[in-house]
Amino acid sequence: MKLDFKHTQAAHCENGVTTSLLRHHGVSQITEPLAFGIGSGLFFIYIPFMKINNGPAIAFRTQPGLIFNRTCKALDIPVARKKFRSKEEAEKILMECLAAGQPVGCQVGVYFLTYFPKEYRFHFNAHNIIVFGKEDDNFLISDPVMEMATSLSSYELERVRFAKGAFAPRGQLYYPKEKREVTNEQIKKAIKTGVNRNINLMLRIPGPIAGIRGIRFMANKISQWRDKLGPKKAGSYLAQLVRMQEEIGTGGGGFRFIYAAFLQEAYAYLPITELIDISKQFTKSGDIWRSAAVQAAGIYKGRIGSQADFDVMSDYLRASADIEKQAFQALSKIKWPA
Amino acid sequence: MKKEELPQDLGALGKITGEVCYVTDESGNYTTVLSNGWEVKSSALEVAWKDVEQRIRDAHNKVIKKEASPILFFMELRVMDIPIVAAYTGFWKWQVKRHLKYKVFEKLSASRLAKYASLFEVSVEELKTMKVDET
Repeated sequence: MKLDFKHTQAAHCENGVTTSLLRHHGVSQITEPLAFGIGSGLFFIYIPFMKINNGPAIAFRTQPGLIFNRTCKALDIPVARKKFRSKEEAEKILMECLAAGQPVGCQVGVYFLTYFPKEYRFHFNAHNIIVFGKEDDNFLISDPVMEMATSLSSYELERVRFAKGAFAPRGQLYYPKEKREVTNEQIKKAIKTGVNRNINLMLRIPGPIAGIRGIRFMANKISQWRDKLGPKKAGSYLAQLVRMQEEIGTGGGGFRFIYAAFLQEAYAYLPITELIDISKQFTKSGDIWRSAAVQAAGIYKGRIGSQADFDVMSDYLRASADIEKQAFQALSKIKWPA
Repeated sequence: MKKEELPQDLGALGKITGEVCYVTDESGNYTTVLSNGWEVKSSALEVAWKDVEQRIRDAHNKVIKKEASPILFFMELRVMDIPIVAAYTGFWKWQVKRHLKYKVFEKLSASRLAKYASLFEVSVEELKTMKVDET
């Protein structure tokens, strides 16, 4: 059984799943940047008391699962989302969906994801794929980060759906419940909602570790890393930062470029000239994040490593924080047409 | 990032698939281009794996000195930590922590050893001796 489903590649897995499933459900306007922006995907958080793979916990995007939920909600599309206790039940419901012609989004862990290169297989459980059919014992898989559709045996799929540890997927599957066309008016409204929520997330979230304040907080920490952790561990921490910022899924520059693309696309629906200028600011911020990554690479490769080099790194982050703060403030001042 | 500045340094993922990157074209409009990788991030990944290898070697030495049980070695070898091992085996975290002690490990029941062996995808014999062929 193979559903009539078109695999599309995206930068980020959840954006990609959201985009493909919504397109399948008749939302022809949706693109990856629109899904990301409407879902208020841009974020920053550094959780100093938490460790991931023995390194710092840093995220450049919002919590897994939210982009899909928010985007569907903003477009008035009901969502089905299920978790399972039993593996048999999880496969049974998946098969029922496929039999009903419904491609299904699945949250999976990458450690046992056989088609991924070994170098990428850490215990990371918030990856997203679409199952769109079954032939013999193989499930047909559309993994948004891959160029081509692929497949997993039923055992392999069960193993990744029931990966354990942080963010354990517990067989989680999700899909839009109904086929609906969406008007351009709805898209406009959804863009406004998404932008406003993102302004709140980046400028007004309480506490020092998230949003713009979070970037500054990490900038301050980085300049202490060399003395506190020693050069080797500080290098490993910086490498982890670069991976979170640039590895598969971010579209480059810690999602800042996708957000800039979103604002350009938003302009096509809502021709407000500020959007174009603000988009450029996000591009600039993304470029600074990339420069920071180059600086970090110099440190973890041991080419440089003085305190001054760590301070340069911090300065890049502060520069990004300043630009993003101004950009979000400018967004909050936009007078949206009624 | 401008289109022409997008790095194309072949990395581990690039051999399997290009990655979608968002870049601006000549007129400043966003478009997507596939990248084969970027040296800056493949070296970051390399740093992460070198740290893992170091942890595996340290664990191995500890077990030889009987300061830890082979479970520590396999936990590091499989890039896991105590919460992950606990979640897969069904043991409590404090139990896994106890099992990391050499003396406790020596007295583990066959059924518990089998649980660990199956998680680490080795035989019980290999679990005890740490002799594994990794290809």
